[in-house]
Amino acid sequence: MEDWGDVMFAYIMRRLLMLIPVLLGMTLITFSIVHLIPGNPAQVILGETASAQAIADLEENMGLTEPYFVQYGIYLTDLLQGDLGTSLRSKSAISSEIWPYIAATFELTVFAMLFAIFIGVNAGIISAWKQNTWFDYLAMLIALIGVSMPVFWLALMEQWVFAQELGWLPAYGRQESRDPIAAITHFYVLDSLIHLDFDRTVTILKHLVLPSIALGTIPMAIIARMTRSSMLEVMKSDYIRTVRAKGSGQFLIIYKHALKNAMIPVLTVIGLQAGVLLGGAILTETIFSWPGIGRYVYEAISYRDYPVIQSGILVIAFIFVMINLIVDILYKKIDPRIKY
Amino acid sequence: MSEIVLEIKDLSTHFFTDRGEVPAIEQVSIRVHKGEVVGIVGESGCGKSVTSLSIMQLVPSPPGKIVSGEINFKGEDLAPASEKRMKKIRGNEISMIFQEPMTSLNPLFTIGNQMIEALRIHQKVSKKEAREKSIEMLKLVGIPRAESIIDEYPHQLSGGMRQRVMIAMSMSCNPELLIADEPTTALDVTIQAQILELMRKLNKEKDTAILLITHDLGVVADICDRVIVMYSGQVVEEGTKREVLKDPKHPYSKGLIRSIPKLHGREEKLYSIPGTVPKPKMDRIGCRFAPRCEFAFERCFKENPGLYPTGDGRSSRCFLYDKSEGDKKINAATNKEATIGG
Ligand SMILES: Nc1ncnc2c1ncn2[C@@H]1O[C@H](COP(=O)(O)OP(=O)(O)OP(=O)(O)O)[C@@H](O)[C@H]1O
Ligand code: SF4
Ligand SMILES: [Mg+2]
Repeated sequence: MEDWGDVMFAYIMRRLLMLIPVLLGMTLITFSIVHLIPGNPAQVILGETASAQAIADLEENMGLTEPYFVQYGIYLTDLLQGDLGTSLRSKSAISSEIWPYIAATFELTVFAMLFAIFIGVNAGIISAWKQNTWFDYLAMLIALIGVSMPVFWLALMEQWVFAQELGWLPAYGRQESRDPIAAITHFYVLDSLIHLDFDRTVTILKHLVLPSIALGTIPMAIIARMTRSSMLEVMKSDYIRTVRAKGSGQFLIIYKHALKNAMIPVLTVIGLQAGVLLGGAILTETIFSWPGIGRYVYEAISYRDYPVIQSGILVIAFIFVMINLIVDILYKKIDPRIKY
Repeated sequence: MSEIVLEIKDLSTHFFTDRGEVPAIEQVSIRVHKGEVVGIVGESGCGKSVTSLSIMQLVPSPPGKIVSGEINFKGEDLAPASEKRMKKIRGNEISMIFQEPMTSLNPLFTIGNQMIEALRIHQKVSKKEAREKSIEMLKLVGIPRAESIIDEYPHQLSGGMRQRVMIAMSMSCNPELLIADEPTTALDVTIQAQILELMRKLNKEKDTAILLITHDLGVVADICDRVIVMYSGQVVEEGTKREVLKDPKHPYSKGLIRSIPKLHGREEKLYSIPGTVPKPKMDRIGCRFAPRCEFAFERCFKENPGLYPTGDGRSSRCFLYDKSEGDKKINAATNKEATIGG
């Protein structure tokens, strides 16, 4: 047998190579955004009242006078050097100011996903295990409500009940605004741990609760339903019968043999939901005043800050692609039959 | 005869489905002695798998349930046994292999992982010892390169190899009884012969009793000591292999045996019993085989036959052997058979 590490490494390299065309396609789309604006982009950006001189300057500045393919070439070269362009609003390099926003979104998404996966998978398992009991019915009813609930409505309800009425949890932001953290990585949970400031960790976690639940509820419900049906399917399989015939206990049957098999389709759903989650982040971030990439782009739109819009979209797409790469690698790790 | 390992008495297992109660097996009685190979034969749907799964309490439940009867295993009745007790029995004292070697192993774990699990559930052994024992078992069932195969995944092996792995796994705790539910049906003929050969070898070497389920009388002729013939959820005839193959009593057994393709003798059209096995229903009246039976008479449609002695220590679920019918029926049957040229 080949060495497992080598196999895995070769697989990851192949997947990365396959990403190149995807990434190129993404840049082509973000590049086109500026050029798909009807009329002169510089005019649109600066507005009706701009002077001819200002427009000419901006065109020069943005390289709009060159032919498209040259512009795209420059755009790509810049990207490869980590240059995401300059924000028209703040006049500073996007690459230097975007990181805190990315970190904020990433932190929120990770917590939402952890919530969705942990609750969803376990509820699905127990529902399948206790099929047609009150637990099963209740869990599936909640899941049904979960998928049909609009995110903004859930978010507003949470704020109303848990922040306003009960006062248990903060409704806005990532931290107490009068006592900001000295950010290192901009993942605040991590930062507070680095500072060994555990009181602050608690505060930051409290800020994460409501937006994570708002963002994670739909994926949680979908994952729960998928896990349940996938488990029920797997429990009927021949190899589970074999495990039972060996004399293995229920725990081993469910958490070792059935769960691993049942996770294969669930993993696909998780990968897709990660995309939905990133899309949902824009809405959630706005409602919870979460200073993430979604809000960064949202504000850029109202200022017609095209370079920021471009880069923000590119970054979100990039994160999505990376999450799916991770899902693919997990597939390979779980299922030895996967070749390519 | 030697000691009895398994004695099933009047076992009935029913399925409680949306469309009502289905009596999959009714009053089945089977006896297996130490070191014996007992075959259960019968057409598809006659309840062979339900019988074997019932012994292990592996009938999918719901909807399946053992409604009455005893499953005496070494003096203990397993029919009412708890799940906890059954876990100790399964894979340890009674083990089972299945018809579908391609899907019976978990595709996501290595052969070794699955075999080691089987051993460590029942025996206090270290991982290393379990691994060594597993390699030894793989060698015993004739798997080449056992040391490297043990780290491979099921999809890397052929069907025949996987069935060998299943046998190795099921034999690793030295069970008293091995239930093999059509172990060779999914395999091609040469592999089939090898697997049967292997089972016979293990039976002789380890003195493991085997309950071999099959619909193939060729398999029975190959390795069984005794044969039980089932029809539509009931045992209709039982006897030694010789008795049943050479001198079948029940009209259904007669038909089954006539339908074996003969290599020697006259070439004739392959015989098959007309009609199909009826689906089990509750409260059926009359002999189950009556609609397909060439000897059927009025009584067969009105009453349920019991097991009647056939005079040589065997019995048959057929009115022809009911003394109250007199000898005329049997004679008539034998004559008719002679004219057919059985
Ligand atoms: N899960 C189930 N639900 C309802 N009825 C069932 C179920 N499993 C089996 N049965 C019934 O039990 C009867 C016997 O089935 P069984 O699987 O034991 O047949 P078999 O003799 O093993 O056939 P085969 O040779 O096809 O394996 C069938 O007629 C079927 O109607
Ligand atoms: S009881 Fe009647 S129908 Fe049934 S097998 Fe005997 S002769 Fe045939
Ligand atoms: Mg069967």
